[in-house]
Amino acid sequence: MTTGTTGRDRRPVQVLAEVFSIKRVGDYFHLTLVADGIPERTRPGNFVALAVGGPSSGTLLMRAFSIYRVRPAGVYGGTVEIVFAAHGAGTQWMAQLTPHDVVDVVGPLGRPFALPREPVACALVGGGYGSAPLFTLAERLRERTCGVHMVLGAASESSLFGVLEARRAAQSVTVTTVDGSVGIKGVVTDPLPALLSRHDIEVVYSCGPMGMLQAVTTVANAHGAWSQTAVEESMACGIGVCMTCVLPVMGEDGVTRMVRSCVEGPVFAGDKVRWDDIGTVPPGTYGAPRVGAR
Amino acid sequence: MAAHGAPLRPEDVDLSTVLADAYLDNPVMTASGCAAAGRELHQFFDVAELGAVVTKSIMRDPRSGRATPRMAETPSGMLNSIGLQGPGIDAFLSTDLPWLLQHDARPIVSIAGGSLGEYAELARRVGNSPGVAAIEVNISCPNVENRGLVFACDPVQAGRVLSVVRRDVPRGVAVFAKLSPDVTDIVEVSRAVLEAGADGLVMINTLLGLHLDPGTLRPTLGGVTGGLSGPAVKPVALRAVWQVAAALPSVPIIGVGGIRTGADALEFLAAGASAVQVGTAIFNDPAAPIRVVRELRAELAARGIGKVSEVIGRAHQPASPVAQPLA
Repeated sequence: MTTGTTGRDRRPVQVLAEVFSIKRVGDYFHLTLVADGIPERTRPGNFVALAVGGPSSGTLLMRAFSIYRVRPAGVYGGTVEIVFAAHGAGTQWMAQLTPHDVVDVVGPLGRPFALPREPVACALVGGGYGSAPLFTLAERLRERTCGVHMVLGAASESSLFGVLEARRAAQSVTVTTVDGSVGIKGVVTDPLPALLSRHDIEVVYSCGPMGMLQAVTTVANAHGAWSQTAVEESMACGIGVCMTCVLPVMGEDGVTRMVRSCVEGPVFAGDKVRWDDIGTVPPGTYGAPRVGAR
Repeated sequence: MAAHGAPLRPEDVDLSTVLADAYLDNPVMTASGCAAAGRELHQFFDVAELGAVVTKSIMRDPRSGRATPRMAETPSGMLNSIGLQGPGIDAFLSTDLPWLLQHDARPIVSIAGGSLGEYAELARRVGNSPGVAAIEVNISCPNVENRGLVFACDPVQAGRVLSVVRRDVPRGVAVFAKLSPDVTDIVEVSRAVLEAGADGLVMINTLLGLHLDPGTLRPTLGGVTGGLSGPAVKPVALRAVWQVAAALPSVPIIGVGGIRTGADALEFLAAGASAVQVGTAIFNDPAAPIRVVRELRAELAARGIGKVSEVIGRAHQPASPVAQPLA
């Protein structure tokens, strides 16, 4: 609903990006890349894919990351920022990057968050470093004079991302941690129902683990709010050719299809994703094997 | 075999190649299943600059594919268990094929069926569509419902598929059989499909493999087993091309399996392939196919080889002073 509305070229580009800086932030790494061409094409919710390990790497598959921030060309060229956790072979390699290293980057990829046409109140819910794309989204929403209320949750204080920045970006910030080390002890969906009622929230944006997205969607639905979820599915290519990152999503026509989260997503209307059926091909899905048919 | 002399300028190398009835500007194609129908890659390079675009295998009916997870990364490769997800032949012919032709791509259409009847119908409809450069018959996808019934694992069944396809495809449209390396004797399967009417061979499809989730110690993939691809399989693919080229020297072969660089492509040509396909490398670098064209040109130029045809099958010739690229 938001794509193709301007004449601007939004096609992704592939660039050899130079590492500008890499910093530890709590449990995460904050990586800034000089990646000309990507910033001016980026909208909140887009992601980039990084090749890891260099040109002869044995880890071939590109790694996908939500774009945290972009800055258009300045003194050092346009920059793209991402946040990642070093919990696999590819991200551990990324954690060793130093300024001036070169990384092959493709982006911006995927469909961005849909923005409301009216200045309505919005909740932005992030789990762990899933909060990363929500800050530029908050800016866009504020420009449209939408109310912005952020809910950030994580297992513990060190795995929250961007709480201070949230306080600048949003009218209200609610923090939850499972261990109670800071904020409300619990998960993001504990304070969410009251927040939605208090501020008459009409759109709930969320990014984080799949279980959280489903739970947030349930709360939003119960409240009669729209939900926009940025999903996490493992991808091989990020550009729509490998067909690995599919999940069952119901279309406007009521038909469920196995759709690619990299090009049809990563942002989906939460009520269209068949959360309980992820990891299956639900009966009746377009093109599913018919029982007893040949 | 022409003598290899002083290095050439890359632009002076003739990359054109002949594959049965198909003439290609260069020998580099996409591999089926790694490039959809070309449109996504066209964002990164002009698909008309490839020798051909090989489509993801088209089936008769729309197909949802398998449940996720569909992919597991493995050392220098990956396993996939997509299950031939696709829109079906009607949507392909009305949308994807016209797009490829409008963009001046050379389409090689991969077809896959669950029965001889389906293969025949697909062959008829694709073969009679104007602009199709050749047909690649996928008889070796490991991700069909009944993994015991991969046509390419049985020379008799493989021959039957190729004979119905060849019967229904007009002369002038070359038919290539894509073979599985998971067989005892790939030369025997090659002979069977060639006798049945195949004009050439594509080697290799993925190898059947397994990945276990280290946490659960259960299979990672929704489809349990998957097809292994990427640089990990390159020596297997190169061996298959070499064996078949040695046994059947005049047969057109398209080499595929783990090709990531122009140097890789050159090895496949030397082993006996007349063209090559780039697949999994696309998942590391969306511009990989066009980069391989550029790198292959440079590899040949550095060796003073002016024509692709001069290097095809070079590995089967007696040792001679092949020029090494100058450092």
